[in-house]
Amino acid sequence: MISAPDVVAFTREEELEDDLYREPPLPEEYSVPLFPFSGQGANPWAKVAGSKFTRDFILISEFSEQVGPQPLLTIPDDAKVSGTFDLNYFSLRIMSVDYQASFVGHPPGSAYPKLNFVEDSKVVLGDSKEGAFAYVHHLTLYDLEARGFVRPFCMAYISADEHKIMQQFQELSTEFSKASECLKTGNRKAFANELEKKLKDLDYTRTVLHNETEQQKKANDKGYYTTQAIEKANELASVEKSIIEHQDLLRQIRSYPYRKLKDSEFHPYEPDCALDRADVGSDQNPTASDPTELGETHLYTHVPSYTPKLIKAKSAKCFDKKLKTLEELCDVYFFTQTLDQLHHIERTFRGDVCYLLTEQISRALLKQQSVTNFLFEDVSVLDEKPPEKQYRGCQGLGQDAIDEKCSEESLAPKVVISLGSYKSSVECVPIKMEQETEDSEEPKMSESVISEHQENLDYLDADIKGSISSGESIEVLGTEKSGSGLTKSESQASLPVIPSPQAGRSKVGSRRTVSEDSIEVLSTCPSESLIPEDFKASYPSAINEEPYADDDEGGLRFTPRANPGVDDGQDDISKEESLVQVDAACCIGKESPNFLEALPELGQKPCEEDGVVRIPPQPYRPAEQGLRGGFPSHHGLPGGLLPCELDSRYLTGSREVSKSSLDECSDSTSHISSAASTCSDRTPSPAHPACAAGERHRKRAGQNALRFIRQYPFAHPAIYSLLSGRTLVVLGEDEAMVKRLVTALSIFVPNCGAYAKPVKHWVTSALHLVDFQKWKLIGLQRAVSPAGVNVLHALSRYSRYLSILDADSKTLRCPLYKGTVVARLADHRTQIKRGSTYYMHVQSILTQLCSKAFLFTFCHHLHLPISEREPEESVVNRRMNFLKHQLGLANEDIKIVQYLAELLKLHYIQEPGQGGNPLLRFDYVPSFLYKI
Amino acid sequence: MLRWLIGGGREPQGSAEKSSVQTIGEEQIQNPYTELLVLKGHQDIVRFLVQIDDCRFASAGDDGIVFLWNAQTGEKLYELHGHTHKITAIAPFSSSDVTEEKTDFIITASADRTVIVWDCASGRQVQKVSCFHSTVKCLTVLQRLNVWLSGGSDLCVWNQNLDLLCKTSHLTDAGISTLVELPKNCVAAAVGKELIIFRLSASNNGSEVWNILEVKRLVDHQDNISSLISVNGSYIGELIVWDALDWTKQASECNFWDSSVHPDVQTEIKLSQSPHESSVQHLTSDDECVFAAVGKGIYVYNLQMKRVIACQRTAHDSSVLHIEKLPNRQLISCSEDGSVRIWELREKQQLPAEPVPTGFFNMWGFGRANKQANQAAKKMQENTPVYFLDLVGDLIGHSSAVQMFLYFGELGLATCSADHLIILWKDGERESSLRSLTLFQKLAQNGDLQLKL
Repeated sequence: MISAPDVVAFTREEELEDDLYREPPLPEEYSVPLFPFSGQGANPWAKVAGSKFTRDFILISEFSEQVGPQPLLTIPDDAKVSGTFDLNYFSLRIMSVDYQASFVGHPPGSAYPKLNFVEDSKVVLGDSKEGAFAYVHHLTLYDLEARGFVRPFCMAYISADEHKIMQQFQELSTEFSKASECLKTGNRKAFANELEKKLKDLDYTRTVLHNETEQQKKANDKGYYTTQAIEKANELASVEKSIIEHQDLLRQIRSYPYRKLKDSEFHPYEPDCALDRADVGSDQNPTASDPTELGETHLYTHVPSYTPKLIKAKSAKCFDKKLKTLEELCDVYFFTQTLDQLHHIERTFRGDVCYLLTEQISRALLKQQSVTNFLFEDVSVLDEKPPEKQYRGCQGLGQDAIDEKCSEESLAPKVVISLGSYKSSVECVPIKMEQETEDSEEPKMSESVISEHQENLDYLDADIKGSISSGESIEVLGTEKSGSGLTKSESQASLPVIPSPQAGRSKVGSRRTVSEDSIEVLSTCPSESLIPEDFKASYPSAINEEPYADDDEGGLRFTPRANPGVDDGQDDISKEESLVQVDAACCIGKESPNFLEALPELGQKPCEEDGVVRIPPQPYRPAEQGLRGGFPSHHGLPGGLLPCELDSRYLTGSREVSKSSLDECSDSTSHISSAASTCSDRTPSPAHPACAAGERHRKRAGQNALRFIRQYPFAHPAIYSLLSGRTLVVLGEDEAMVKRLVTALSIFVPNCGAYAKPVKHWVTSALHLVDFQKWKLIGLQRAVSPAGVNVLHALSRYSRYLSILDADSKTLRCPLYKGTVVARLADHRTQIKRGSTYYMHVQSILTQLCSKAFLFTFCHHLHLPISEREPEESVVNRRMNFLKHQLGLANEDIKIVQYLAELLKLHYIQEPGQGGNPLLRFDYVPSFLYKI
Repeated sequence: MLRWLIGGGREPQGSAEKSSVQTIGEEQIQNPYTELLVLKGHQDIVRFLVQIDDCRFASAGDDGIVFLWNAQTGEKLYELHGHTHKITAIAPFSSSDVTEEKTDFIITASADRTVIVWDCASGRQVQKVSCFHSTVKCLTVLQRLNVWLSGGSDLCVWNQNLDLLCKTSHLTDAGISTLVELPKNCVAAAVGKELIIFRLSASNNGSEVWNILEVKRLVDHQDNISSLISVNGSYIGELIVWDALDWTKQASECNFWDSSVHPDVQTEIKLSQSPHESSVQHLTSDDECVFAAVGKGIYVYNLQMKRVIACQRTAHDSSVLHIEKLPNRQLISCSEDGSVRIWELREKQQLPAEPVPTGFFNMWGFGRANKQANQAAKKMQENTPVYFLDLVGDLIGHSSAVQMFLYFGELGLATCSADHLIILWKDGERESSLRSLTLFQKLAQNGDLQLKL
């Protein structure tokens, strides 16, 4: 965790603005927070006036063929949430912007009705009257009884904060696509079932009719047909036709997965619980089709025994029948899954957009620290989806092709609304370590790019056709297919992109390019035209000369071979910076005085010109040129480029993105994704399901930890034990108390690998050596039974590997700690009150530790001799020197960094396939008994 | 023994005094083993560890499975299944064929009365012999002759193709418990209380006809012989037999220079200690000394001086099962109490005026000429350096008896135990720098590392 949202809010006034004004004259627009309602309330965090609902919610509506648009349900399902907000009215609004051409029926030249597998459409619209802005996700479900077999639905995320919708468009789109896919999967299943039943009915009816006809034939020896007989024959014929039609429909619905698999964007719904994995195909990879096919077909064959009914020739009138509910349409299981997903969406996007943004930014930054992030971060959150996938694809595109496209596309200028889009610096800093895999993926991806592009052309007509204007107060601010700024970011980690000046200039054209597909700006309300404003605001320097010649060659790409620091290039800049210093110090063999200066920068906040919310707490400040002076060849780029460029990318508000820098990479991405309307699977999903839970856990752990450090004077040695890899056993009778302590301390435990934290909350049996390998923090039951004696025996036997915190008698037995790091980490006089804040404080110090460990680990000459003749002692001396003087570590702090470095080494060396043997490292150091 | 109780005293020294076992605090500067790897795989007591080459070793035990391990990484190389009962003996056997390529085999004998030869390179079973009348209890490879011997109720000689070359007649029902190779193509076999020396001879017409002849029986032991070693170096041909239970040690110099053997028993040292249920468990030796694990204690017998020069009467909390001498004057012992201890044989700096610590040799009585020998020993003591065994470190990891260990020099130490585990103890410093090396190799390999100097 790098960022701290609650810090953001308060830093703005002082440092940030100061720094801001020190910069060369800023355009006027920057000084005003770009907040739509800034006129009404000075505080950008104040609840937006004008909206009739209290908080964001999700609305599901249907365009019923009987009663027209109607709201079905809201999430959260609470009347208070929507308040006086007119759901019916809003349903009408959102349903009326469904501009997709969902044609089902008898296409000309086809004998049978044809199911049209309609893509979902995603639209953002705003209702200025209501003060509501919505992300609207339209989808169609199949219903045999419905007109044209389709039932249009839509899910809308409604918020009073327009920026949230805009900036989180990608994330919303991803999450809603999952929900939609879940619904549709269930619906296909239900539809197929329904068809099968219907077929059985028809078959039965045919048999009955056939028998009747035969009987009539036999009974009738007059030689001519009665009208009755003719009627029967007609009926039979129509039943036959109906059978064929339904069979065809069944075939179509069943072939859906196969058909879709050809489209690279197809992503079958993947249930969260492993239980259903077998049913629904678990492979996300569109090219790996087999499991999916099997899964889907298997799914359809599961039809319970059914007694066929006789079907009357005349079907009931349209309005007589009761339409199926959503639940019936999609199978109960899938319906609940969808609801779960929607609840999850609601939870994820709850709250102010600045929290979401900082969260996403820090996650994206962490993701880049591939070497160290496993130590203290919940890697499961980071790992969720590899965002590089599409990005690699773009890289694979030849430079020429991209340029061509750019020039072509820039011919058609058009005003496009920029939607929130993010660009990660992953893009800018290619990760060298993954180069091989990247290479291997390239061909595949470029293929898919092409195919998607072609497909896009096919869809083009429909898109244009589909864009219709809406009511007067509704602006459709953009659809997915239109916004280039939006689409380009589909695959990328969510960092707001800053328009670096030169990028702005060169990108205007390319931004316009994609927009020719569709006209999404349906702004009919002139007063609310935010777009031009945005343009102005963020584009003061759009026509700047580009100062960086390197941009043409891929923006901010480091050359693949950099020094050991960059090799894991995902580290944040400050680390790289420091590393440079270190390199200087240790490689050249003289100490760089700058190094020490560089380090304090780790915690510095950046300053950028944009609005309040979108300044991510960047642990980086442009470093003095002098620091980098010694390394002109470092990245093959001018040293000065790095900070500015990266910085700007990190810091840009997302609204500006539209005009902002689409470098070749993002440009081609935008091209791709503009075509693929539903390829949401590739987008990074910043909001992880675990997030909400993780948040709560963090808060609790932070609170407990805060209490622990205030309550126990020997918190420092205890934390030192954890940080230095010595297993800490919390011993106590009361399970709740022990668990609380374990939870509190767990935030200090470094991970040993990309697995769960090595923490065991509660053990009742005697510990063994193997346990200390696995767990670094153990809650142990103290019992008076004979078994309990064994437990104590084991503890005393293995006491050299353990620190023991006795929760009952409030004692701690562990080695002495005299360092300084833990004192900063756990100051019992801290002013921090809130658990989550303390958690962040801890994380930031741990991140510093990580960076030190990183430097230590990857400095070649600290571990290996410079020349072959160099004795081992001098290497050891150099190493200790570095730890003490360069990293400023004292006493036991050295051991912490050494332990972390050891973990880093193990993690890096470890082959991905094999788990490797867990090591147990220990020291022969005396322990002391601490008492309160 | 509970040295330290939760919430108890600061240091365990106090209680340690009572148990009279020398203990070492938590600060062990000289103990290099600061990293360990637990190797799991066995499902029963692991009894044997044998070294195959510089970085591989095999383990075997009561579960009848043989595992091959990499001593550096702890990686499990092969899992050899073939025996249905517990394994009773294991011996490495490397043979060089015509192409001079060295192939490593291991031979295992099991209670299922089979002997299997395994190929260490492929992990496959090469051959299996199941014509034994009784369990083979010991295996010895005579590398020089390219044959190996199996000892059970009779002694068989095999070549590397598992052809039975010759065998003795049925010796006893109890069978041969230990075999040791002696110079001049002789082997000594411990059969019950007797020590039988056999000579192996190949007929001189070149054909593969082997004979095994019994040349001598030594019957001085009062009880079963449990351990047997041959001392090489300057004392070629000397055989030292430690007996169990009756506390006699025989140093019998058997000169095999000619076929007539003169079993002159020159000294026989009797331990006058009250006979506990302890016995000589294991023997090891270097050029100068023989190290004996007797009960809970360790004794060092100097061959030149023909006396015990140092001892540690209670080196462990319970029986010492295995001891080994390291090149650097260190001695490692492992015991039923689950611990491994590292000792160093040090010369005691004694002031001449200081009275000779009585009791150090008091427990040693000399069997036949008790008094005189005792006095002689005291006299000798005055002008020879006094040695003592100093505890420099202990390794605690196993939860049950440590059966055996294998010293791999730099690579560390492998211990096997009745808790089904094998632990690889390693020098943390060395491992750390090795990992750094690997790290930078991997960086270079990935092309990430381009130092611009």
